[in-house]
Amino acid sequence: MIRTEEMLLNMGPQHPSTHGVLRLVLQLDGEKVLKATPHVGYLHRGIEKLSESRLYNQIIPLTDRFDYVASMTNNFAYVRAVEKLLQIKAPERAEYIRTIVAEFQRIASHLLWLGTHAIDLGAMTVFFYCFRERELVLDLFEIICGARLTTSYYIPGGVRRDATSEFIDKAYKFTEMFPSKVDEYDTLIKNNRIWLGRTKGIGVISAEDAINFGLSGPTLRGSGVNYDVRKAEPYAAYDKIEFDVPLGKNGDVYDRYLIRVEEMRQSIKIIKQCLDKMPKGPVVIDNPKIVLPEKKKTMTEIESLIHHFKLVSEGYKTPPGEVYCGTEAPKGELGIYIVSDGSNKPYRMKVRAPSFVHLGAFDYMSKGHMIADIIAIIGTIDIVLGEVDR
Amino acid sequence: MTPDLIIERIKNRHAGAVLSTKVEFGEGTVSIKRGSLLDVCRFLHNDPELYFDFITDICSVDFIGQEERFEVVYHFYSVRHNHRIRIKARAPENDAAIDSLCPIWKGADWLEREVYDLMGINFIGHPDMRRILMPEDFAGHPLRKDYPTEGRGERSTFDFIPDID
Repeated sequence: MIRTEEMLLNMGPQHPSTHGVLRLVLQLDGEKVLKATPHVGYLHRGIEKLSESRLYNQIIPLTDRFDYVASMTNNFAYVRAVEKLLQIKAPERAEYIRTIVAEFQRIASHLLWLGTHAIDLGAMTVFFYCFRERELVLDLFEIICGARLTTSYYIPGGVRRDATSEFIDKAYKFTEMFPSKVDEYDTLIKNNRIWLGRTKGIGVISAEDAINFGLSGPTLRGSGVNYDVRKAEPYAAYDKIEFDVPLGKNGDVYDRYLIRVEEMRQSIKIIKQCLDKMPKGPVVIDNPKIVLPEKKKTMTEIESLIHHFKLVSEGYKTPPGEVYCGTEAPKGELGIYIVSDGSNKPYRMKVRAPSFVHLGAFDYMSKGHMIADIIAIIGTIDIVLGEVDR
Repeated sequence: MTPDLIIERIKNRHAGAVLSTKVEFGEGTVSIKRGSLLDVCRFLHNDPELYFDFITDICSVDFIGQEERFEVVYHFYSVRHNHRIRIKARAPENDAAIDSLCPIWKGADWLEREVYDLMGINFIGHPDMRRILMPEDFAGHPLRKDYPTEGRGERSTFDFIPDID
């Protein structure tokens, strides 16, 4: 007698392909998945609650920890929301530097995604190649801000340090070298029969459903929906440069892979244009109530010392009101919603984390697939659990 | 459409539901009565001129001490028209509940669960109203203003941690 009953399988939270701590409970009929229930919260640190008792500038290091493999864009999203609330605008040079660094971060994040996604599906070599180049991007971050992962580089009113000539030289070198490396990754998997078999027609989501679920970023564009915050609501220097938004057709794992790879090429294009066009000038606004004065001034002028003291001890007040500000992070639309009561701390800060919303569509995307395909689908929605749980 | 036009259109159609409106920092906000949330949202989603097909976010704010303590904030976006709107509705503490938007946007599912978990607002008609970030046996709702940020919380009841007070 063959027993044909359904079975529950627990996957994670320590499974290597869950990219952190994600637990899935799979309801199985043989090897077919009938229902996949994600359980999250293992990395919940209460960043939203913590930020209610922090000064606006003290929240920046917390934002590093949402999506800890793309902390630059997290800083960017938060800083933009605060700037919108304060109604200030960073100097032009700072906007260009922000754009360059954000695109480098997109490359780093996509490289990490491509490497781990490929290793999950059995392509070992891609991982080593991707991490080789990601290392160079992290070296660039080290030059510009001293940190590699938790950067805290953006501040309301500009960026913490200017781009040195060493950074600019190395950035140029990287843009020249990198496109050939992307071609190299293509030779490994783009037309690989196993890769095609594992990714084509898996995790399909239609354009209509993808919008209805609130998916964003490459996960949405894989279904052919042309929505990119950089184009829809241009910020920083994105309206001054040319780039394309790659779109998919079928909304499957393979299309989303193609899009992320193409996005890396577009990022290089953006960085190159920004490096060429970057004007000279200050990188922070001249407002000592919001930005710390120069160290030299703090040591010699009493006024700057007072500003320094006030800014560190009680921060700055924002006008009462509320803002929502969406930024195109590597994973999708990272939105920050701040409710201010006019004090020096946010009354409430909500983070719209793209990974969290994507995981909500996980059950829908994985229904009817095999267990092995679950790994491909976890990879393709590009989740980072730090961002899901916050 | 500009925020003013969007607000005007909602007002024309659902005059009885709208409590107040404002445009701040270039963002339009409409406060509506709790009972008419589903009607207004159906209109937002289906009206061809507005067509808010993308649910960006659901969030809750705790205004402790006010008569209607909780505010649920919805952000919608239209991919077709590239515009945004913010809808708000309030609920009192003794009846912290509001209609679920899951029948309109599937993405509302997880966002509403997060609000339920962290703020303790019930969503009527939600298919799977469970905690999402906190453990299932957790007591309290951490994002409420009367929930302490610091302190040992429930850990103080664990008997294997020595009492150092």
